Amino acid sequence: MENPTPHPADALTVSEAAQRIKRAVESLGKNIRIRGEISGIKRHAASGHVYFDLKDENAVLNAVCFKFNAAKITFVPSDGQQVTAIGRLTTYEKSSRYQIIVENLEPLGAGALLAKIEERKRRLAALGLFDAARKPPLPFLPEVIGIITSESGAVLHDIMTRLEARFPRRVILWPVAVQGEAAAAQITAAIEGFNRFVPGDPALPRPDVLIVARGGGSIEDLMPFNEENVVRAAAASRIPLVAAVGHETDVTLIDHAAARRAPTPTAAAEMVTPLRSELQRQLAVTAARLPQLLRQILERRQLYLHVLAAKLLTPDAILANKWQYFDGVCEALPRAWQQYTQKLSLRLQQFGQSLPNPQNRVDRSQDRLRSLERALAAALRARHLSAQAAQHNHQEKLAMMAENLQKTWENYRVRLRPSVVDELGNEILAAAALRPQQKFRLSFKDGQVTAISDKISLN
Amino acid sequence: MTEPSAETKFEDISFEDALRQLDEVVKRLEAGQDKLDDALAYYERGMALRQYCAVKLAAAQARIDRIEIGAEGQITLKPMSTTL
Repeated sequence: MENPTPHPADALTVSEAAQRIKRAVESLGKNIRIRGEISGIKRHAASGHVYFDLKDENAVLNAVCFKFNAAKITFVPSDGQQVTAIGRLTTYEKSSRYQIIVENLEPLGAGALLAKIEERKRRLAALGLFDAARKPPLPFLPEVIGIITSESGAVLHDIMTRLEARFPRRVILWPVAVQGEAAAAQITAAIEGFNRFVPGDPALPRPDVLIVARGGGSIEDLMPFNEENVVRAAAASRIPLVAAVGHETDVTLIDHAAARRAPTPTAAAEMVTPLRSELQRQLAVTAARLPQLLRQILERRQLYLHVLAAKLLTPDAILANKWQYFDGVCEALPRAWQQYTQKLSLRLQQFGQSLPNPQNRVDRSQDRLRSLERALAAALRARHLSAQAAQHNHQEKLAMMAENLQKTWENYRVRLRPSVVDELGNEILAAAALRPQQKFRLSFKDGQVTAISDKISLN
Repeated sequence: MTEPSAETKFEDISFEDALRQLDEVVKRLEAGQDKLDDALAYYERGMALRQYCAVKLAAAQARIDRIEIGAEGQITLKPMSTTL
């Protein structure tokens, strides 16, 4: 530019200047963070792009957020809001403007809030509140589902619609505020309240599973689901709890404490119910097998029976044997009878011949009687004589016994007599062996007596 | 698996257990090792389980109740419209 007479061709065209400016501005880098207040926000209906200005007291910066980035913003930006815009700077050549292409937008103060949540997360994790082991498993098919969310809003509708499509269930809604001051206390009370329901109470059926749900929102909006009392209640819930808070990218602390985290309320409904049509199909398939199997079993038995039967003798064959035997017996019977009667009549004849003549018998009896009379008289005589002899014997025996008895008694008395012994145990057999005043012992069968000799007089 | 019996009442078992037991019955019959009387008992139990599961699957109607908390904290249920 030192040429004093520049040729017109040396001058930059406007476009070239704009290009250079663009390159210079864009070289400032990506992921530039600029904070300011949103102003004049406009959502372009056709394109979906969002246009606004970022401003502070002294400057204004045009901002544009293209549709695909706008969809990622987790809150609804509005005029007057303090935000941090993240993106890159560029220019808009057509109207001599520079602007920021916004890739993400954070409400101001989000950083401090995130740091607080992060600290709480670490602390509660250290207490074991997020341990997988303590999380109850979801039931396969809940009878009753407890839902903790706002009564108004799309969340309940989304859940119900999906439940209806998968497996309609009985639902109990515990309506709560899902943002603002009262929200955390209400959500805590609802989780604890459902857990106090008594199983089997028909008036207040205890849910088999709980869904805590909320739609998307700013980090401030989702703050109740990061509150310690809510997180602790969710961790302590004995009823398995599914947390479905915010959009898929939003992770709140209740997500960590819950038995399961669902990316959306709709996904939560899917998580807690099986697909009824699929179950019905499965059941139909399984149930159809039963009669088939029974038929198979019966057919198999029948076949087995046939095989067995073929191996057996037929009933006729078994009976034929018996018949043959019976016939044989029937033939033998009359023959045997004939033989028996013949033998019998022979024996009868022999017996008849052996019978005696009656007259003979009378004569013999009289003879016998006479000899008996004689024998009796002789016996009586003999008995009289022997009785006399026996009496004599008895008297002799009696005298002997009396004598024996006397002897025995004498022996016995001798045996009972005490022995007399001196102090050394030597027997004293005579009075002469004792001195006056000598100690001695009388030794009886049943004991000892000590004595002292008083007066000794010899015969 | 317990003794085969068609008399068992199913109030106490969950749908999931009933489905599992039904599968077991089918497996047993497929194995074909049981005595005929037992096989028949299993068959009857299988049919009862099938019936129980079918009823569980059929008796599915959406219903929403809303928790109402009274002035003294007492909790009651109030039916809500299912068409939200």
